[in-house]
Amino acid sequence: MSQTESRRLAAILESMPYIRFLGMSVDLAGDEMTAILPFKPALVGNILLPALHGGVLGAFMEMTALIQLGVREPARRQPRTIDVTIEYLRPGRALTTYARADVRKVGRRIANVHVEAWQETRASPVAALRGHFMLSADEAS
Amino acid sequence: MTIDPAVLGAMSARMVEDTPQAKALGMRLVSSAPGDAVMAVAWRADLVGDPATGVLAGGVITTLLDHVCGLAVGGAGAWGQPVATLDLRIDYMRPAEPGREIIARAQCYKVTRSIGFVRATAFEIDEADPVATAQGAFVLAGANPAR
Repeated sequence: MSQTESRRLAAILESMPYIRFLGMSVDLAGDEMTAILPFKPALVGNILLPALHGGVLGAFMEMTALIQLGVREPARRQPRTIDVTIEYLRPGRALTTYARADVRKVGRRIANVHVEAWQETRASPVAALRGHFMLSADEAS
Repeated sequence: MTIDPAVLGAMSARMVEDTPQAKALGMRLVSSAPGDAVMAVAWRADLVGDPATGVLAGGVITTLLDHVCGLAVGGAGAWGQPVATLDLRIDYMRPAEPGREIIARAQCYKVTRSIGFVRATAFEIDEADPVATAQGAFVLAGANPAR
């Protein structure tokens, strides 16, 4: 990973208050980015299990997609979410959650991104997200 | 099945107050009727996604919509069963207005023994001018032994 890239990414994250609210960070290895969401009690949605709030998992994966797009398309303005479909596969337990984004297509204006989130075992994801994101700066939405 | 409105209201309020993430976001229950729930979240600087615009992060709206959908499904079925999100589709129509409270209304339009189907809208004042809309399916806990 280049120093420039790493610094640029840190700047992106630092500029987003909600990233700090969630407490998420990222790890960049070459062009492969892993987003990390350490567990904290404030993220819980079901105190009986306990399980992470479904909205938190969705938000974490959406942020992962946005950050990955920012890394991959540095010349563009911060992308804006058009739509997301979130699938919940297993309860998110009181553990660190990881996510990786797969940018399936980057068009002139719109990108399609798939994200998967897991905890202890990558092969047993807790949730997945598919979304479309607006990239162009001049597009009114 | 009819639920006593007072009981439903009290249980709905607990579903918000007893949820750490709902409290962390400052969510509040506006109203709840069988299959119909309304919640709100106030604008806060630490919940902003893009500081250049001051617009709330999409994730805040996602969590609000997920929660209000779960509440509507919980109130539509045999109350007392916890619900878990199966899937949720969210369309973001426009950025939320900075500084404004966001309201979300969910309507569970069909509930079977195991699944609740729900639609929701997030808006500032006018439900007809939404910030985002959602469509989801929720599992009534206990209905799926695999979970």
